Amino acid sequence: MIALLVRDLRLAMRAGGGFGLALAFFLIVVVLVPFALGPQPERLQDISTGVLWLGALLACLLSLDRIFALDYEDGSLEALATAPIPLEGVAAVKALAHWLTTGLPLTLAAPVLGLFLHLPAEGYLWLTLSLALGTPALSAIGAFGAALTVGLKRGGLLLSLIVLPLYVPTLIFGAEAARRGAEGFAVQTPLLLLAGLTAATLALLPFAAAAAIRINLR
Amino acid sequence: MTALLEAKGLTVERGGVPVLEGVSLTVEPGRVLVLRGPNGIGKTSLLRVLAGLAPPLAGEVDCPGGTAYAAHADGLKPTLTVAENLAFWADLHGQPVGDAPERMNLAGLIDRQAASLSAGQKRRLGLARLLVTGRALWLLDEPTVSLDTASVALFAGVITAHVEAGGAAVIATHIALGLEDRSEVLELGGYKARPATHAPGGFDEAFQ
Amino acid sequence: MSLWEYANPKKFMATSGAVLPWFAVAAGLATLGGMIWGFFATPPDYKQGATVKIIFIHVPSAMMAINIWAMMLVASLIWVVRRHHVSALAAKAAAPVGLAMTLIALFTGATWGQPMWGTWWEWDPRLTSFLILFLFYLGYMALWAAIDSPDTAADLTAVLCLVGSVFAVLSRYAVNFWNQGLHQGASLSLDKEENVSDVYAYPLWLCMAGFFLLFVVLLLMRTRTEIRLRRIKALEARARMTDA
Repeated sequence: MIALLVRDLRLAMRAGGGFGLALAFFLIVVVLVPFALGPQPERLQDISTGVLWLGALLACLLSLDRIFALDYEDGSLEALATAPIPLEGVAAVKALAHWLTTGLPLTLAAPVLGLFLHLPAEGYLWLTLSLALGTPALSAIGAFGAALTVGLKRGGLLLSLIVLPLYVPTLIFGAEAARRGAEGFAVQTPLLLLAGLTAATLALLPFAAAAAIRINLR
Repeated sequence: MTALLEAKGLTVERGGVPVLEGVSLTVEPGRVLVLRGPNGIGKTSLLRVLAGLAPPLAGEVDCPGGTAYAAHADGLKPTLTVAENLAFWADLHGQPVGDAPERMNLAGLIDRQAASLSAGQKRRLGLARLLVTGRALWLLDEPTVSLDTASVALFAGVITAHVEAGGAAVIATHIALGLEDRSEVLELGGYKARPATHAPGGFDEAFQ
Repeated sequence: MSLWEYANPKKFMATSGAVLPWFAVAAGLATLGGMIWGFFATPPDYKQGATVKIIFIHVPSAMMAINIWAMMLVASLIWVVRRHHVSALAAKAAAPVGLAMTLIALFTGATWGQPMWGTWWEWDPRLTSFLILFLFYLGYMALWAAIDSPDTAADLTAVLCLVGSVFAVLSRYAVNFWNQGLHQGASLSLDKEENVSDVYAYPLWLCMAGFFLLFVVLLLMRTRTEIRLRRIKALEARARMTDA
């Protein structure tokens, strides 16, 4: 299991674009927002947490199809399926590797990008915390979507269509926690709901993802 | 001596259509089973069922020790070195890498990225992956594709050493490996599924 | 004689073919009767005027939009557990009907909301939930359409339906948490005082029965088409094997 995690991280490093692409996309989205909505600080401040959450979510979506596709094409997935580790564990480790290479950098970049949007000072902590709690769920749900579409030649768009509706609860609780934090309201309720949602997602979706991989390998 | 693989009355499908039926086979330690038959007969489908990747339509597979399965794609990462590729699969199976690189004549390439290997060298690396799994039963689908004569001989030598050490292999191949004294040949032509065999779900009878 | 015999395509085709005309007649009578009763034989509401009559399409379609997803979930579970192909095909056949019902509910809701709330769209929890349900139907159908092998498609869509159902319920609660809404409460329930009055309730019940029967008819027809398509594939495969 640890060997798989190390290998996936190493592959992400060697592939070069792994970390950088999602971060660059995140940056571009945040930079484009003032062009679309105008530079008034009050307006940007109002929507800052929402834009940062949405930008992180979309950036996360970009690299989902690579979670299983390369391993499927080069036969690694078949070899993993016959190896003495459960496929559920493979799915969980793959989601973890995706989070470490995508969700975590996005979480760390979000406060920096918050400067561009005049994120209120009280918001930094809650934005970062809500992203740290929510992005693992995005990776786990994304890994499930990637497992469903791994056998398809052009699964990218379909993957987005399937995964985005599944992201709704995470986005609502995460963005709500960040917004309430930035506006100085109590954040306990959405933050706890977000944490519960992430915990349930991490516990259950690797099973669904493994089932989908088994079906796709037949 | 207990069999490494025992399959009874297998019906094998491809794309929802039965291709082989009534296949029974036993593989003992120290033996090689060669699958023969024309293209499209279902060799790959049968190997995938034996590997546990696909369920049979009928029959059962008993394979207590697990298998090491190698198909046309060999599970190698081009950006990792030969050593890293092998170390990963060895680690995953809880085995040492041991002398696998030497046995597949890869010792001089150990620090090269897999992307820089030739097709034949990659194939040898793919076969070295089987060595580091520590599994007794190998399932090989056309393992000698893109190997030159010397590499085929090397491969045959590795198979011989593997079965002499108590291992076994099921190999789908057209070429002679020179292992006649320890191998059986299974001609799959005799197991071709009859058209009348039930299609899954009984859709062909739905209107009769 | 057990219920599961109808999961055999042959038995299903025979039985569904026999009952289909009767269901079609009943669906036509109930839907048309309910709508004529509702549109022409009920008084305008004292507050909402004639626009209240949208209820006779809006409520039945909204009810079916949710219930069809529930039916797909049950059919997917039967496929996963018992491997009855007809069950998987019924789930596939139901999805476009559910999608249409969701669209009808959204559209009639918008035309009702405009005069009542002064807006075509409001991010009300109920409206938002239906929009999300619409996306779930789209994703489910797109996955069916994208996969060539019928059994693989049946398995993967069943997994998506199970996971999607859980997330649909989660989304419903998340959306409630996110925004309290304008939408009135349930129009029909057995213990509420704010129910619609009987003069609307009876034709509404009839319309709901009509929409349900309409769904059964469409489901049977579409499932029969799917079975025919599978039979064509099976016969083609057999012909290829005989030629080979």
